[in-house]
Amino acid sequence: MRKRIICTECPLGCEVEVELTNGEVSNVIGNGCIRGKIYATNETLSPKRMVTTTMRTDNGVMVPVKTSIPVDKTLVFDVIKLINKSTVKLPIKIGQILIKDVIDGVDIISTACLE
Amino acid sequence: MTEYAVVVIGGGPAGLAAAIKAWDSGAESVLVLERDTVLGGILNQCIHNGFGLTRFKESLTGPEYAWRFIEEVKKRGIEVWTDTTVLSIDKEKRVFAINSERGVFSIYAKSIILAMGCRERSKGALNIAGSRPSGLFSAGTAQKYVNVKGWLPGREVVILGSGDIGLIMARRMTLEGAKVRAVCEIMPYSSGLKRNIVQCLDDFDIPLYLSHTIVEIEGRDRVSGVVIAKVDENRKPIKGTEKRFSCDTVLFSVGLIPENELTAQAGIKLSSQTKGAVVDQNRETEIEGVFACGNVLHVHDLVDFVSEEAEIAGKSAADYANGVRGEKDCVECVAGESVGYVLPQLIDRKGGENVKLYFRVRKPIRDGEIRLESGGVTIFSKRKKIFTPGEMESIIIKKEDLAKFDSKSVLSVIGG
Ligand SMILES: Cc1cc2nc3c(=O)[nH]c(=O)nc-3n(C[C@H](O)[C@H](O)[C@H](O)COP(=O)(O)OP(=O)(O)OC[C@H]3O[C@@H](n4cnc5c(N)ncnc54)[C@H](O)[C@@H]3O)c2cc1C
Ligand code: SF4
Repeated sequence: MRKRIICTECPLGCEVEVELTNGEVSNVIGNGCIRGKIYATNETLSPKRMVTTTMRTDNGVMVPVKTSIPVDKTLVFDVIKLINKSTVKLPIKIGQILIKDVIDGVDIISTACLE
Repeated sequence: MTEYAVVVIGGGPAGLAAAIKAWDSGAESVLVLERDTVLGGILNQCIHNGFGLTRFKESLTGPEYAWRFIEEVKKRGIEVWTDTTVLSIDKEKRVFAINSERGVFSIYAKSIILAMGCRERSKGALNIAGSRPSGLFSAGTAQKYVNVKGWLPGREVVILGSGDIGLIMARRMTLEGAKVRAVCEIMPYSSGLKRNIVQCLDDFDIPLYLSHTIVEIEGRDRVSGVVIAKVDENRKPIKGTEKRFSCDTVLFSVGLIPENELTAQAGIKLSSQTKGAVVDQNRETEIEGVFACGNVLHVHDLVDFVSEEAEIAGKSAADYANGVRGEKDCVECVAGESVGYVLPQLIDRKGGENVKLYFRVRKPIRDGEIRLESGGVTIFSKRKKIFTPGEMESIIIKKEDLAKFDSKSVLSVIGG
């Protein structure tokens, strides 16, 4: 199987083609440099994304949050749903863990201070 | 009248970095005036990550990036007045402002730093057929609603403009449960970062229609749909290429424009290319002791460069206030082939330091040569593989070369 991936590591945006044999990457072509090979391999085997969103606080205002590590692309919507179900108490400090282990060892962390 | 050595107008990333640098460069007193209740400017609503890669070698969210500077401001004797709107400034460097505590008041400044940021263009919406139903928002306004107020402006969305804010909002609305039907871009390319096209559109199978624009907005009280059409080379819609999407919301992301009412009123010369003040490498405007930096000067895509520029302005403002400055000898530097603008527009030949020249190309170019010429002499030349209008470019001019600048120099990018 072949997959086409646009490398986003630099503005050149090489179109990289990844060849998969039995679920393993067997060949990578089109990448302008080594970073493209690494990127395209990861994007093919286990694409991950940082999730940034907001979470409601007990007085109604929103606090911006992020995941502690990038999460599997397929889990992004699940993470958002879990965050949207919860509320947190003020005050909140930047860097504070608001939900521990929301999914697969990923924490939800505040990215701002709110009084 | 109260006097400050340096008064900074705007408490976004530009104002914060400028204030810190002015203080660290020996300004006796520094005052930041911010119209909002909190510091941080536009970064407060930019909750996505990707900030600070150059400066901190980390991918921070907007609020996290701002926080680092707010902390630094707090450590110093810098005064901050929030909920304070500056109404005007004049050539004597008086700053007229208003807040609920003091009413309308004025302050005298030895140096003023303009750091008011930019606002969104809304013109794109004007030439579209149909009435003006509700459900039309600028992308930045929608961003504020969703990220700060926690309110989703609509469920089915079409976005006009594929700059970074439009792309970021396509993802944001999708994550919150809206369906983004299409992103429509009048140019044959997107001015947004590749990363954002992949992670904000492709990840969610949101189609991007290049060389397309919205030709009609349907609906009376609320938007019920839009019609888009392909455009020709002159950006005119082509008959017979129309497509209809039903939607209850249209977001416009058609560019940013520096917020320069104060600057213009003070009689400071603005550039027709950047829509910001004309400055020299110290970011000094036409009025001595008045400096500008950040998005009010030219629209930046990366906040890291906003901070860098603000530090230049902060240092220069402190030096001016302290009276440590020699005579100037400024010459013009203008945009040549394929270049949209060059900043600074004036080069002080007696500057004595290396000068970083920022510029943007007007169209994507592969394998181009950056060339700076003055009086028939090439002062600088360098080849680069790719240039895009969405990305600000820069070159460094060595201080030894400043003397080579003739009365007018031209920066070009020669394609192919
Ligand atoms: C929606 C959006 C998304 C972005 N995404 C990214 C990204 O992913 N990565 C990245 O690196 N960069 C990004 N940027 C760019 C970066 O955030 C900006 O370039 C940067 O914030 C500009 O800083 P600034 O201080 O010049 O302006 P601003 O942040 O706009 O701050 C200006 C401040 O001045 C205040 N002000 C204005 N007029 C007055 C007045 N008369 N009196 C008192 N105060 C006043 C305003 O309230 C505001 O707080 C984004 C920008 C936008 C708009
Ligand atoms: S493969 Fe290398 S050169 Fe090509 S886009 Fe990726 S990082 Fe840039």
